Amino acid sequence: MSSDKEATIDHPDFEAVIGLEVHAQLQTKTKAFAAVESEYGEAPNTQLTPLCLGHPGTLPQVNEELIHYTVKMGLATGCDIAKRSIFARKNYFYPDLPKGYQISQYETPICFDGEIEITLPTYKKRIGLTRIHMEEDSGKSLHDQDPYHSLIDLNRAGSSLIEIVSEPDIRTPQEAYAYLTRIRQIVQYLDICDGNMEEGSLRCDANVSVRPRGQKAFGTRTELKNMNSFRNVEKAIQYEIDRQIALIQDGGEVMQETLLWDPNAMTTRSMRSKEEAHDYRYFPEPDLPPIVLDEAWLHSVKIALPELPDVRRARFIEQYSLGIDDAMTLTDQRALADYFESLVEASGDAKASSAMVLSNVLRVLNERGWSIEQFPLTSSELAQIIALKRDGKVNSSAQTTLFMELVNRAANSALDPTSKAKGVNIEDLAKELDLIQVSDDSEIEPFVDQVIAQHPEEVARYKEGKTALMGFFMGQVMKVSRGQANPELAQSLLRKKLD
Amino acid sequence: MSVTLEDVHYIAKLARLSLTEQEATQAQQDLNKILSYMDELNQIDTSSVEPLEHVFDFETRLRPDTPEAPVPHEDALRNAPDADSDYFRVPKVIE
Repeated sequence: MSSDKEATIDHPDFEAVIGLEVHAQLQTKTKAFAAVESEYGEAPNTQLTPLCLGHPGTLPQVNEELIHYTVKMGLATGCDIAKRSIFARKNYFYPDLPKGYQISQYETPICFDGEIEITLPTYKKRIGLTRIHMEEDSGKSLHDQDPYHSLIDLNRAGSSLIEIVSEPDIRTPQEAYAYLTRIRQIVQYLDICDGNMEEGSLRCDANVSVRPRGQKAFGTRTELKNMNSFRNVEKAIQYEIDRQIALIQDGGEVMQETLLWDPNAMTTRSMRSKEEAHDYRYFPEPDLPPIVLDEAWLHSVKIALPELPDVRRARFIEQYSLGIDDAMTLTDQRALADYFESLVEASGDAKASSAMVLSNVLRVLNERGWSIEQFPLTSSELAQIIALKRDGKVNSSAQTTLFMELVNRAANSALDPTSKAKGVNIEDLAKELDLIQVSDDSEIEPFVDQVIAQHPEEVARYKEGKTALMGFFMGQVMKVSRGQANPELAQSLLRKKLD
Repeated sequence: MSVTLEDVHYIAKLARLSLTEQEATQAQQDLNKILSYMDELNQIDTSSVEPLEHVFDFETRLRPDTPEAPVPHEDALRNAPDADSDYFRVPKVIE
Protein backbone atom coordinates (compact mmCIF):
# COMPACT_ATOMS: atom_id res chain seq x y z
CA MET A 1 0.00 0.00 0.00
CA SER A 2 3.03 2.26 0.22
CA SER A 3 2.71 2.99 -3.49
CA ASP A 4 -0.73 4.49 -2.99
CA LYS A 5 -0.88 8.22 -3.26
CA GLU A 6 -2.30 10.04 -0.31
CA ALA A 7 -5.11 12.34 -1.35
CA THR A 8 -7.06 14.25 1.27
CA ILE A 9 -9.81 16.83 1.32
CA ASP A 10 -8.99 20.30 0.14
CA HIS A 11 -8.51 21.97 3.52
CA PRO A 12 -5.34 23.47 5.02
CA ASP A 13 -5.85 22.30 8.62
CA PHE A 14 -8.10 19.24 8.62
CA GLU A 15 -8.44 15.87 7.00
CA ALA A 16 -11.42 13.55 6.95
CA VAL A 17 -11.63 9.86 7.81
CA ILE A 18 -14.46 7.89 6.24
CA GLY A 19 -15.61 4.29 6.50
CA LEU A 20 -18.56 2.84 4.62
CA GLU A 21 -21.02 0.08 5.43
CA VAL A 22 -22.72 -1.20 2.32
CA HIS A 23 -25.68 -3.54 2.34
CA ALA A 24 -26.25 -5.49 -0.86
CA GLN A 25 -29.45 -7.41 -1.44
CA LEU A 26 -28.59 -10.75 -2.99
CA GLN A 27 -30.46 -12.01 -6.02
CA THR A 28 -31.16 -15.39 -4.53
CA LYS A 29 -34.49 -16.83 -5.66
CA THR A 30 -35.66 -17.43 -2.12
CA LYS A 31 -35.11 -15.70 1.19
CA ALA A 32 -32.09 -16.28 3.41
CA PHE A 33 -33.73 -18.70 5.85
CA ALA A 34 -37.16 -19.46 4.33
CA ALA A 35 -37.99 -21.23 1.05
CA VAL A 36 -40.22 -18.51 -0.34
CA GLU A 37 -39.58 -16.14 -3.22
CA SER A 38 -38.46 -12.61 -2.59
CA GLU A 39 -39.18 -10.53 -5.67
CA TYR A 40 -39.14 -6.75 -5.70
CA GLY A 41 -42.49 -5.13 -6.46
CA GLU A 42 -44.94 -7.95 -5.63
CA ALA A 43 -48.27 -7.22 -3.90
CA PRO A 44 -47.71 -6.51 -0.17
CA ASN A 45 -47.59 -9.43 2.25
CA THR A 46 -47.82 -12.15 -0.40
CA GLN A 47 -44.31 -13.61 -0.07
CA LEU A 48 -44.43 -14.96 3.42
CA THR A 49 -43.93 -18.11 5.42
CA PRO A 50 -44.71 -18.64 9.10
CA LEU A 51 -40.99 -17.99 9.74
CA CYS A 52 -41.09 -14.54 8.09
CA LEU A 53 -44.13 -13.80 10.25
CA GLY A 54 -42.30 -14.75 13.43
CA HIS A 55 -44.74 -17.50 14.34
CA PRO A 56 -43.75 -19.72 17.26
CA GLY A 57 -42.20 -23.08 16.49
CA THR A 58 -40.74 -22.11 13.14
CA LEU A 59 -37.10 -22.81 12.37
CA PRO A 60 -34.71 -21.18 9.90
CA GLN A 61 -32.96 -23.14 7.16
CA VAL A 62 -29.92 -21.65 5.44
CA ASN A 63 -30.22 -21.02 1.72
CA GLU A 64 -27.16 -22.58 0.06
CA GLU A 65 -27.01 -19.71 -2.46
CA LEU A 66 -26.71 -17.20 0.39
CA ILE A 67 -23.42 -18.85 1.33
CA HIS A 68 -22.36 -19.26 -2.28
CA TYR A 69 -23.01 -15.62 -3.30
CA THR A 70 -21.34 -14.24 -0.18
CA VAL A 71 -18.26 -16.37 -0.70
CA LYS A 72 -18.12 -15.22 -4.35
CA MET A 73 -18.05 -11.62 -3.15
CA GLY A 74 -15.40 -12.45 -0.57
CA LEU A 75 -13.17 -14.19 -3.10
CA ALA A 76 -13.59 -11.37 -5.62
CA THR A 77 -12.39 -8.84 -3.05
CA GLY A 78 -9.42 -10.82 -1.78
CA CYS A 79 -11.00 -11.76 1.55
CA ASP A 80 -10.01 -14.65 3.74
CA ILE A 81 -12.92 -17.07 3.98
CA ALA A 82 -13.78 -18.54 7.37
CA LYS A 83 -13.90 -22.34 7.15
CA ARG A 84 -16.23 -22.26 10.10
CA SER A 85 -18.51 -19.39 11.04
CA ILE A 86 -21.71 -19.00 12.99
CA PHE A 87 -24.82 -16.88 12.83
CA ALA A 88 -25.75 -14.54 15.66
CA ARG A 89 -28.94 -12.98 16.91
CA LYS A 90 -29.18 -9.21 16.91
CA ASN A 91 -32.02 -8.34 19.22
CA TYR A 92 -34.28 -5.33 18.78
CA PHE A 93 -37.96 -4.64 18.52
CA TYR A 94 -39.33 -2.95 15.45
CA PRO A 95 -42.60 -3.77 13.69
CA ASP A 96 -40.90 -4.68 10.41
CA LEU A 97 -38.98 -7.46 12.20
CA PRO A 98 -41.63 -9.81 13.60
CA LYS A 99 -39.23 -12.28 15.21
CA GLY A 100 -37.83 -9.59 17.49
CA TYR A 101 -34.32 -10.34 16.30
CA GLN A 102 -32.37 -10.30 13.08
CA ILE A 103 -30.25 -13.30 12.16
CA SER A 104 -26.85 -11.86 11.36
CA GLN A 105 -23.19 -12.59 12.01
CA TYR A 106 -21.16 -10.99 14.74
CA GLU A 107 -17.84 -12.38 15.93
CA THR A 108 -17.15 -14.71 13.03
CA PRO A 109 -18.04 -13.10 9.69
CA ILE A 110 -17.78 -15.52 6.79
CA CYS A 111 -15.39 -13.20 4.86
CA PHE A 112 -12.78 -10.86 6.34
CA ASP A 113 -9.59 -8.89 5.57
CA GLY A 114 -10.20 -8.06 1.93
CA GLU A 115 -9.56 -5.02 -0.20
CA ILE A 116 -11.01 -3.10 -3.09
CA GLU A 117 -8.97 -1.05 -5.51
CA ILE A 118 -10.52 2.24 -6.52
CA THR A 119 -9.53 4.39 -9.48
CA LEU A 120 -9.66 8.17 -9.35
CA PRO A 121 -8.74 10.55 -12.14
CA THR A 122 -5.12 10.94 -10.98
CA TYR A 123 -4.41 7.99 -8.73
CA LYS A 124 -5.38 4.50 -7.59
CA LYS A 125 -5.84 3.40 -4.03
CA ARG A 126 -6.69 0.27 -2.09
CA ILE A 127 -9.47 0.40 0.48
CA GLY A 128 -9.36 -2.33 3.10
CA LEU A 129 -12.44 -4.45 3.81
CA THR A 130 -12.86 -5.36 7.45
CA ARG A 131 -15.51 -7.96 6.82
CA ILE A 132 -18.41 -9.18 4.72
CA HIS A 133 -21.12 -10.91 6.66
CA MET A 134 -24.52 -12.43 5.93
CA GLU A 135 -27.81 -11.36 7.41
CA GLU A 136 -31.51 -11.14 6.70
CA ASP A 137 -33.36 -8.02 5.60
CA SER A 138 -36.26 -6.42 7.47
CA GLY A 139 -39.72 -5.71 6.08
CA LYS A 140 -40.81 -2.28 4.90
CA SER A 141 -42.72 0.30 6.90
CA LEU A 142 -44.89 2.94 5.28
CA HIS A 143 -45.36 5.96 7.53
CA ASP A 144 -47.18 8.39 5.27
CA GLN A 145 -50.16 6.40 3.96
CA ASP A 146 -52.32 6.48 7.05
CA PRO A 147 -52.51 9.36 9.59
CA TYR A 148 -52.72 7.14 12.66
CA HIS A 149 -50.82 4.01 11.74
CA SER A 150 -47.66 2.74 10.14
CA LEU A 151 -48.32 0.08 7.52
CA ILE A 152 -46.09 -2.96 7.32
CA ASP A 153 -45.21 -5.07 4.29
CA LEU A 154 -43.18 -8.11 5.27
CA ASN A 155 -42.34 -9.36 1.76
CA ARG A 156 -38.75 -8.22 2.15
CA ALA A 157 -38.46 -9.56 5.71
CA GLY A 158 -35.89 -12.34 5.70
CA SER A 159 -34.46 -11.62 2.23
CA SER A 160 -30.76 -12.34 1.88
CA LEU A 161 -28.36 -9.48 2.46
CA ILE A 162 -24.66 -9.06 2.82
CA GLU A 163 -23.02 -6.23 4.69
CA ILE A 164 -19.66 -5.07 3.40
CA VAL A 165 -17.73 -3.06 5.99
CA SER A 166 -14.72 -1.00 4.91
CA GLU A 167 -11.74 0.03 6.98
CA PRO A 168 -11.62 3.77 7.73
CA ASP A 169 -9.30 4.15 4.73
CA ILE A 170 -11.39 6.58 2.72
CA ARG A 171 -10.25 10.20 2.83
CA THR A 172 -12.49 12.18 0.47
CA PRO A 173 -16.12 12.14 -0.70
CA GLN A 174 -14.81 11.39 -4.20
CA GLU A 175 -13.06 8.27 -2.92
CA ALA A 176 -16.31 7.21 -1.24
CA TYR A 177 -18.11 7.61 -4.55
CA ALA A 178 -15.42 5.64 -6.39
CA TYR A 179 -15.56 2.90 -3.76
CA LEU A 180 -19.33 2.55 -4.08
CA THR A 181 -19.31 2.44 -7.85
CA ARG A 182 -16.60 -0.19 -7.60
CA ILE A 183 -18.73 -2.32 -5.28
CA ARG A 184 -21.66 -1.98 -7.64
CA GLN A 185 -19.46 -3.02 -10.54
CA ILE A 186 -18.20 -6.10 -8.70
CA VAL A 187 -21.63 -7.30 -7.53
CA GLN A 188 -22.97 -6.84 -11.04
CA TYR A 189 -20.05 -8.74 -12.58
CA LEU A 190 -20.59 -11.53 -10.05
CA ASP A 191 -24.31 -11.45 -10.84
CA ILE A 192 -25.21 -11.54 -7.15
CA CYS A 193 -26.99 -8.16 -6.80
CA ASP A 194 -28.47 -5.72 -9.32
CA GLY A 195 -26.66 -2.79 -7.66
CA ASN A 196 -29.62 -0.44 -7.87
CA MET A 197 -29.29 2.11 -5.08
CA GLU A 198 -32.53 3.96 -5.88
CA GLU A 199 -34.54 0.75 -5.43
CA GLY A 200 -32.60 -0.10 -2.28
CA SER A 201 -30.77 -3.19 -3.48
CA LEU A 202 -27.56 -1.36 -2.52
CA ARG A 203 -27.68 0.73 0.64
CA CYS A 204 -24.88 2.72 2.15
CA ASP A 205 -24.20 4.18 5.60
CA ALA A 206 -21.12 6.33 6.16
CA ASN A 207 -19.04 6.90 9.28
CA VAL A 208 -17.40 10.31 9.04
CA SER A 209 -14.94 12.10 11.30
CA VAL A 210 -12.38 14.86 10.88
CA ARG A 211 -9.06 15.46 12.63
CA PRO A 212 -6.35 18.12 12.51
CA ARG A 213 -3.72 17.28 9.91
CA GLY A 214 -0.90 15.30 11.45
CA GLN A 215 -3.02 13.91 14.29
CA LYS A 216 -3.05 10.11 14.48
CA ALA A 217 -6.10 9.59 16.67
CA PHE A 218 -9.52 9.66 14.99
CA GLY A 219 -11.97 12.42 15.80
CA THR A 220 -15.48 11.67 17.06
CA ARG A 221 -17.50 10.16 14.24
CA THR A 222 -21.08 10.53 13.14
CA GLU A 223 -23.03 7.97 11.16
CA LEU A 224 -24.85 9.12 8.03
CA LYS A 225 -27.93 7.30 6.80
CA ASN A 226 -30.66 7.67 4.19
CA MET A 227 -28.48 8.36 1.18
CA ASN A 228 -30.30 6.70 -1.67
CA SER A 229 -28.05 7.49 -4.61
CA PHE A 230 -24.33 7.44 -5.32
CA ARG A 231 -24.25 11.21 -5.75
CA ASN A 232 -26.13 11.70 -2.49
CA VAL A 233 -23.49 9.71 -0.65
CA GLU A 234 -20.81 12.01 -2.04
CA LYS A 235 -22.80 15.16 -1.23
CA ALA A 236 -23.84 14.05 2.25
CA ILE A 237 -20.26 13.18 3.21
CA GLN A 238 -19.00 16.53 1.89
CA TYR A 239 -21.72 18.33 3.83
CA GLU A 240 -20.89 16.44 7.02
CA ILE A 241 -17.13 17.09 6.72
CA ASP A 242 -17.78 20.82 6.28
CA ARG A 243 -20.21 20.83 9.20
CA GLN A 244 -17.77 19.09 11.55
CA ILE A 245 -14.85 21.35 10.62
CA ALA A 246 -16.95 24.49 11.05
CA LEU A 247 -18.20 23.20 14.41
CA ILE A 248 -14.69 22.51 15.72
CA GLN A 249 -13.36 25.82 14.45
CA ASP A 250 -16.16 27.56 16.35
CA GLY A 251 -14.94 25.89 19.50
CA GLY A 252 -17.67 23.23 19.49
CA GLU A 253 -17.42 19.46 19.79
CA VAL A 254 -18.72 16.77 17.46
CA MET A 255 -21.33 14.55 19.13
CA GLN A 256 -21.39 10.86 18.29
CA GLU A 257 -24.81 10.48 16.72
CA THR A 258 -26.74 9.16 13.75
CA LEU A 259 -27.69 11.70 11.11
CA LEU A 260 -30.21 11.42 8.31
CA TRP A 261 -29.42 12.98 4.95
CA ASP A 262 -32.24 15.09 3.53
CA PRO A 263 -31.68 15.10 -0.24
CA ASN A 264 -34.16 17.93 -0.83
CA ALA A 265 -32.78 20.33 1.77
CA MET A 266 -29.23 19.06 1.07
CA THR A 267 -28.53 18.93 4.80
CA THR A 268 -28.31 16.33 7.53
CA ARG A 269 -30.51 16.21 10.59
CA SER A 270 -30.18 14.32 13.81
CA MET A 271 -32.16 11.11 14.11
CA ARG A 272 -34.21 11.13 17.27
CA SER A 273 -32.54 8.73 19.67
CA LYS A 274 -34.18 5.53 18.52
CA GLU A 275 -34.39 2.74 21.04
CA GLU A 276 -31.99 2.70 23.94
CA ALA A 277 -28.81 3.49 22.05
CA HIS A 278 -27.64 0.37 20.24
CA ASP A 279 -27.78 -2.46 22.70
CA TYR A 280 -28.42 -5.43 20.48
CA ARG A 281 -27.36 -8.15 22.95
CA TYR A 282 -25.86 -10.36 20.24
CA PHE A 283 -25.59 -14.04 21.04
CA PRO A 284 -24.94 -17.17 18.94
CA GLU A 285 -28.07 -18.14 16.99
CA PRO A 286 -29.24 -21.31 18.73
CA ASP A 287 -31.41 -22.44 15.79
CA LEU A 288 -28.56 -22.67 13.29
CA PRO A 289 -25.50 -24.89 13.69
CA PRO A 290 -22.16 -23.58 12.39
CA ILE A 291 -21.50 -23.19 8.68
CA VAL A 292 -18.55 -25.31 7.72
CA LEU A 293 -16.97 -24.90 4.29
CA ASP A 294 -14.69 -27.47 2.78
CA GLU A 295 -11.62 -26.73 0.70
CA ALA A 296 -12.88 -28.53 -2.42
CA TRP A 297 -16.08 -26.49 -2.50
CA LEU A 298 -14.21 -23.23 -1.98
CA HIS A 299 -11.89 -24.14 -4.80
CA SER A 300 -14.81 -24.88 -7.11
CA VAL A 301 -16.34 -21.46 -6.36
CA LYS A 302 -13.01 -19.80 -6.97
CA ILE A 303 -12.40 -21.32 -10.38
CA ALA A 304 -15.99 -20.57 -11.43
CA LEU A 305 -15.65 -16.83 -10.69
CA PRO A 306 -16.38 -14.76 -13.78
CA GLU A 307 -13.77 -12.50 -15.32
CA LEU A 308 -13.65 -9.40 -13.12
CA PRO A 309 -13.60 -5.81 -14.43
CA ASP A 310 -9.83 -5.20 -14.09
CA VAL A 311 -8.93 -8.39 -15.89
CA ARG A 312 -11.51 -7.79 -18.57
CA ARG A 313 -10.29 -4.24 -19.10
CA ALA A 314 -6.72 -5.45 -19.56
CA ARG A 315 -7.91 -8.10 -21.99
CA PHE A 316 -9.92 -5.54 -24.02
CA ILE A 317 -6.82 -3.35 -24.35
CA GLU A 318 -4.76 -6.32 -25.46
CA GLN A 319 -7.23 -8.22 -27.60
CA TYR A 320 -9.10 -5.36 -29.29
CA SER A 321 -6.31 -2.75 -29.29
CA LEU A 322 -8.45 -0.29 -27.32
CA GLY A 323 -7.17 2.76 -25.46
CA ILE A 324 -7.35 2.61 -21.66
CA ASP A 325 -10.21 5.13 -21.39
CA ASP A 326 -12.31 3.34 -23.99
CA ALA A 327 -11.60 -0.01 -22.33
CA MET A 328 -12.64 1.42 -18.96
CA THR A 329 -15.89 2.77 -20.34
CA LEU A 330 -16.70 -0.48 -22.10
CA THR A 331 -15.99 -2.65 -19.04
CA ASP A 332 -17.66 -0.35 -16.51
CA GLN A 333 -20.80 -2.44 -16.58
CA ARG A 334 -20.75 -6.11 -17.30
CA ALA A 335 -23.84 -5.94 -19.50
CA LEU A 336 -22.28 -3.25 -21.70
CA ALA A 337 -19.05 -5.21 -21.99
CA ASP A 338 -21.06 -8.31 -22.94
CA TYR A 339 -22.96 -6.32 -25.57
CA PHE A 340 -19.73 -4.96 -27.01
CA GLU A 341 -18.20 -8.41 -27.22
CA SER A 342 -21.25 -9.87 -28.92
CA LEU A 343 -21.08 -7.01 -31.43
CA VAL A 344 -17.40 -7.72 -32.09
CA GLU A 345 -18.28 -11.33 -32.70
CA ALA A 346 -21.19 -10.49 -35.01
CA SER A 347 -19.34 -7.82 -36.99
CA GLY A 348 -15.83 -9.24 -36.91
CA ASP A 349 -14.57 -5.68 -36.44
CA ALA A 350 -13.46 -4.55 -32.98
CA LYS A 351 -12.58 -1.03 -34.02
CA ALA A 352 -15.91 -0.32 -35.71
CA SER A 353 -17.74 -2.02 -32.82
CA SER A 354 -16.09 0.10 -30.15
CA ALA A 355 -16.77 3.26 -32.18
CA MET A 356 -20.41 2.21 -32.60
CA VAL A 357 -20.92 1.49 -28.90
CA LEU A 358 -18.91 4.42 -27.54
CA SER A 359 -20.40 7.09 -29.75
CA ASN A 360 -23.81 5.94 -30.95
CA VAL A 361 -25.07 3.46 -28.37
CA LEU A 362 -23.88 5.30 -25.26
CA ARG A 363 -25.23 8.61 -26.58
CA VAL A 364 -28.68 7.08 -27.03
CA LEU A 365 -28.53 5.46 -23.58
CA ASN A 366 -27.63 8.81 -22.01
CA GLU A 367 -30.26 10.76 -23.90
CA ARG A 368 -33.06 8.33 -23.17
CA GLY A 369 -31.98 7.29 -19.71
CA TRP A 370 -31.90 3.63 -20.78
CA SER A 371 -29.74 0.90 -19.36
CA ILE A 372 -27.99 -1.31 -21.91
CA GLU A 373 -30.58 -3.99 -21.10
CA GLN A 374 -33.26 -1.60 -22.37
CA PHE A 375 -31.42 -0.80 -25.60
CA PRO A 376 -33.74 -2.13 -28.32
CA LEU A 377 -31.31 -3.11 -31.10
CA THR A 378 -29.57 -6.46 -31.12
CA SER A 379 -25.86 -6.75 -31.73
CA SER A 380 -26.57 -8.52 -35.02
CA GLU A 381 -28.63 -5.55 -36.20
CA LEU A 382 -25.78 -3.20 -35.33
CA ALA A 383 -23.37 -5.55 -37.06
CA GLN A 384 -25.40 -5.15 -40.28
CA ILE A 385 -25.04 -1.37 -40.04
CA ILE A 386 -21.31 -1.76 -39.55
CA ALA A 387 -21.16 -4.08 -42.56
CA LEU A 388 -22.98 -1.57 -44.79
CA LYS A 389 -20.34 1.03 -43.95
CA ARG A 390 -17.47 -1.40 -44.37
CA ASP A 391 -18.77 -2.47 -47.80
CA GLY A 392 -18.90 1.20 -48.83
CA LYS A 393 -22.69 1.17 -49.13
CA VAL A 394 -23.24 3.96 -46.60
CA ASN A 395 -20.92 6.69 -45.38
CA SER A 396 -20.39 7.73 -41.74
CA SER A 397 -23.14 10.28 -41.52
CA ALA A 398 -25.61 7.97 -43.27
CA GLN A 399 -24.57 5.24 -40.83
CA THR A 400 -25.53 7.46 -37.91
CA THR A 401 -28.82 8.43 -39.58
CA LEU A 402 -29.64 4.78 -40.18
CA PHE A 403 -28.74 3.92 -36.58
CA MET A 404 -31.00 6.65 -35.19
CA GLU A 405 -33.83 5.63 -37.49
CA LEU A 406 -33.62 2.04 -36.26
CA VAL A 407 -33.51 3.16 -32.62
CA ASN A 408 -36.54 5.41 -33.10
CA ARG A 409 -38.50 2.71 -34.89
CA ALA A 410 -37.67 0.13 -32.24
CA ALA A 411 -38.59 2.56 -29.45
CA ASN A 412 -41.88 3.40 -31.15
CA SER A 413 -42.73 -0.20 -31.85
CA ALA A 414 -42.22 -0.91 -28.16
CA LEU A 415 -45.01 1.60 -27.54
CA ASP A 416 -47.15 0.42 -30.44
CA PRO A 417 -47.33 -3.37 -30.72
CA THR A 418 -48.99 -3.20 -34.17
CA SER A 419 -45.95 -1.53 -35.68
CA LYS A 420 -43.75 -3.84 -37.71
CA ALA A 421 -40.43 -2.12 -37.21
CA LYS A 422 -38.69 -5.27 -36.06
CA GLY A 423 -37.55 -7.71 -38.66
CA VAL A 424 -36.98 -4.98 -41.23
CA ASN A 425 -34.16 -5.65 -43.65
CA ILE A 426 -31.60 -3.02 -42.77
CA GLU A 427 -30.18 -2.61 -46.25
CA ASP A 428 -33.70 -2.17 -47.67
CA LEU A 429 -34.34 0.46 -45.04
CA ALA A 430 -31.16 2.29 -46.02
CA LYS A 431 -32.35 2.28 -49.65
CA GLU A 432 -35.79 3.46 -48.64
CA LEU A 433 -34.21 6.37 -46.77
CA ASP A 434 -31.93 7.17 -49.72
CA LEU A 435 -28.89 6.50 -47.58
CA ILE A 436 -27.13 4.06 -49.87
CA GLN A 437 -24.02 5.67 -51.17
CA VAL A 438 -23.34 5.64 -54.87
CA SER A 439 -20.07 3.82 -55.43
CA ASP A 440 -20.20 3.48 -59.15
CA ASP A 441 -18.09 5.88 -61.24
CA SER A 442 -20.66 6.03 -63.99
CA GLU A 443 -23.33 7.17 -61.53
CA ILE A 444 -21.15 9.73 -59.78
CA GLU A 445 -19.72 11.21 -62.95
CA PRO A 446 -22.92 13.12 -63.91
CA PHE A 447 -22.94 14.77 -60.45
CA VAL A 448 -19.31 15.80 -60.88
CA ASP A 449 -19.95 17.14 -64.38
CA GLN A 450 -22.97 19.05 -63.19
CA VAL A 451 -20.99 20.76 -60.42
CA ILE A 452 -18.14 21.67 -62.75
CA ALA A 453 -20.59 23.11 -65.29
CA GLN A 454 -22.43 25.18 -62.68
CA HIS A 455 -19.31 26.76 -61.15
CA PRO A 456 -17.02 27.99 -63.95
CA GLU A 457 -15.53 30.77 -61.77
CA GLU A 458 -14.44 28.40 -59.01
CA VAL A 459 -13.07 26.01 -61.63
CA ALA A 460 -10.95 28.80 -63.07
CA ARG A 461 -9.61 29.82 -59.65
CA TYR A 462 -8.88 26.20 -58.82
CA LYS A 463 -6.87 25.88 -61.98
CA GLU A 464 -4.93 29.01 -61.00
CA GLY A 465 -3.73 27.12 -57.96
CA LYS A 466 -6.49 27.68 -55.39
CA THR A 467 -6.61 23.94 -54.61
CA ALA A 468 -8.35 24.53 -51.28
CA LEU A 469 -11.51 24.85 -53.39
CA MET A 470 -11.57 21.03 -53.56
CA GLY A 471 -13.55 21.12 -50.33
CA PHE A 472 -16.12 23.38 -51.97
CA PHE A 473 -16.50 21.06 -54.98
CA MET A 474 -16.85 18.04 -52.72
CA GLY A 475 -19.54 19.80 -50.76
CA GLN A 476 -21.41 20.60 -53.96
CA VAL A 477 -21.16 17.01 -55.21
CA MET A 478 -22.48 15.70 -51.89
CA LYS A 479 -25.26 18.25 -52.08
CA VAL A 480 -26.44 17.40 -55.58
CA SER A 481 -26.13 13.68 -54.85
CA ARG A 482 -28.06 14.21 -51.61
CA GLY A 483 -25.16 12.88 -49.60
CA GLN A 484 -25.05 9.58 -51.44
CA ALA A 485 -21.89 9.91 -53.47
CA ASN A 486 -19.01 7.84 -52.18
CA PRO A 487 -16.67 10.65 -51.10
CA GLU A 488 -13.47 8.90 -52.11
CA LEU A 489 -14.70 8.18 -55.61
CA ALA A 490 -16.17 11.66 -55.99
CA GLN A 491 -12.86 13.25 -55.01
CA SER A 492 -10.81 11.14 -57.38
CA LEU A 493 -13.22 11.95 -60.24
CA LEU A 494 -13.01 15.67 -59.44
CA ARG A 495 -9.21 15.47 -59.43
CA LYS A 496 -9.18 13.67 -62.76
CA LYS A 497 -11.34 16.30 -64.37
CA LEU A 498 -9.80 19.42 -62.80
CA ASP A 499 -6.08 18.67 -62.43
CA MET B 1 -20.32 -7.70 39.74
CA SER B 2 -23.82 -7.22 40.95
CA VAL B 3 -27.04 -6.21 39.23
CA THR B 4 -28.74 -3.04 40.41
CA LEU B 5 -32.47 -2.39 40.27
CA GLU B 6 -31.67 0.12 37.56
CA ASP B 7 -30.04 -2.63 35.49
CA VAL B 8 -33.13 -4.79 35.92
CA HIS B 9 -35.42 -2.04 34.65
CA TYR B 10 -33.11 -1.34 31.72
CA ILE B 11 -33.03 -5.01 30.68
CA ALA B 12 -36.78 -5.27 31.16
CA LYS B 13 -37.31 -2.29 28.91
CA LEU B 14 -35.12 -3.77 26.17
CA ALA B 15 -37.18 -6.96 26.38
CA ARG B 16 -40.45 -4.98 26.48
CA LEU B 17 -41.36 -6.43 29.88
CA SER B 18 -43.19 -4.43 32.49
CA LEU B 19 -42.27 -5.43 36.03
CA THR B 20 -43.78 -4.40 39.33
CA GLU B 21 -41.30 -3.23 41.97
CA GLN B 22 -41.72 -6.59 43.71
CA GLU B 23 -41.03 -8.53 40.51
CA ALA B 24 -38.03 -6.30 39.80
CA THR B 25 -36.57 -6.99 43.24
CA GLN B 26 -37.12 -10.72 42.76
CA ALA B 27 -35.47 -10.58 39.32
CA GLN B 28 -32.54 -8.67 40.78
CA GLN B 29 -31.97 -11.40 43.37
CA ASP B 30 -32.30 -14.15 40.74
CA LEU B 31 -29.92 -12.47 38.34
CA ASN B 32 -27.37 -11.91 41.07
CA LYS B 33 -27.55 -15.56 42.03
CA ILE B 34 -26.93 -16.56 38.42
CA LEU B 35 -24.05 -14.14 38.13
CA SER B 36 -22.40 -15.30 41.31
CA TYR B 37 -22.55 -18.83 39.94
CA MET B 38 -20.89 -17.47 36.78
CA ASP B 39 -18.18 -15.97 38.99
CA GLU B 40 -17.56 -19.42 40.37
CA LEU B 41 -17.29 -20.85 36.83
CA ASN B 42 -14.97 -18.03 35.87
CA GLN B 43 -12.37 -19.35 38.31
CA ILE B 44 -11.68 -22.19 35.93
CA ASP B 45 -8.96 -21.47 33.38
CA THR B 46 -10.55 -21.85 29.94
CA SER B 47 -7.92 -19.98 27.96
CA SER B 48 -7.08 -23.08 25.92
CA VAL B 49 -10.71 -24.10 25.27
CA GLU B 50 -12.56 -23.11 22.10
CA PRO B 51 -15.89 -21.41 22.82
CA LEU B 52 -18.82 -23.78 22.41
CA GLU B 53 -21.73 -22.22 20.58
CA HIS B 54 -23.81 -25.35 20.24
CA VAL B 55 -24.15 -28.42 22.37
CA PHE B 56 -24.48 -30.75 19.40
CA ASP B 57 -21.50 -31.22 17.20
CA PHE B 58 -22.90 -30.89 13.72
CA GLU B 59 -22.91 -28.39 10.93
CA THR B 60 -25.69 -26.55 9.19
CA ARG B 61 -27.53 -28.46 6.48
CA LEU B 62 -28.00 -26.14 3.54
CA ARG B 63 -31.31 -25.79 1.74
CA PRO B 64 -31.54 -25.59 -2.07
CA ASP B 65 -32.62 -22.17 -3.36
CA THR B 66 -35.98 -23.44 -4.58
CA PRO B 67 -39.18 -21.55 -3.81
CA GLU B 68 -42.16 -23.20 -2.18
CA ALA B 69 -45.70 -21.89 -1.94
CA PRO B 70 -46.12 -18.87 0.36
CA VAL B 71 -48.72 -18.57 3.07
CA PRO B 72 -51.92 -17.23 1.44
CA HIS B 73 -52.18 -13.47 1.88
CA GLU B 74 -55.42 -13.63 3.92
CA ASP B 75 -53.99 -16.28 6.24
CA ALA B 76 -50.84 -14.21 6.75
CA LEU B 77 -52.88 -11.24 7.96
CA ARG B 78 -55.45 -13.26 9.92
CA ASN B 79 -53.61 -13.42 13.25
CA ALA B 80 -52.60 -9.77 13.24
CA PRO B 81 -54.16 -7.54 15.90
CA ASP B 82 -54.83 -4.99 13.17
CA ALA B 83 -54.56 -5.03 9.38
CA ASP B 84 -56.19 -3.60 6.30
CA SER B 85 -56.67 -5.65 3.13
CA ASP B 86 -53.00 -5.28 2.16
CA TYR B 87 -50.90 -4.36 5.16
CA PHE B 88 -50.31 -5.05 8.81
CA ARG B 89 -51.34 -1.96 10.74
CA VAL B 90 -49.31 -0.87 13.78
CA PRO B 91 -49.25 2.24 15.92
CA LYS B 92 -47.44 5.07 14.13
CA VAL B 93 -43.71 4.42 14.49
CA ILE B 94 -42.52 7.91 13.61
CA GLU B 95 -44.37 11.23 13.67
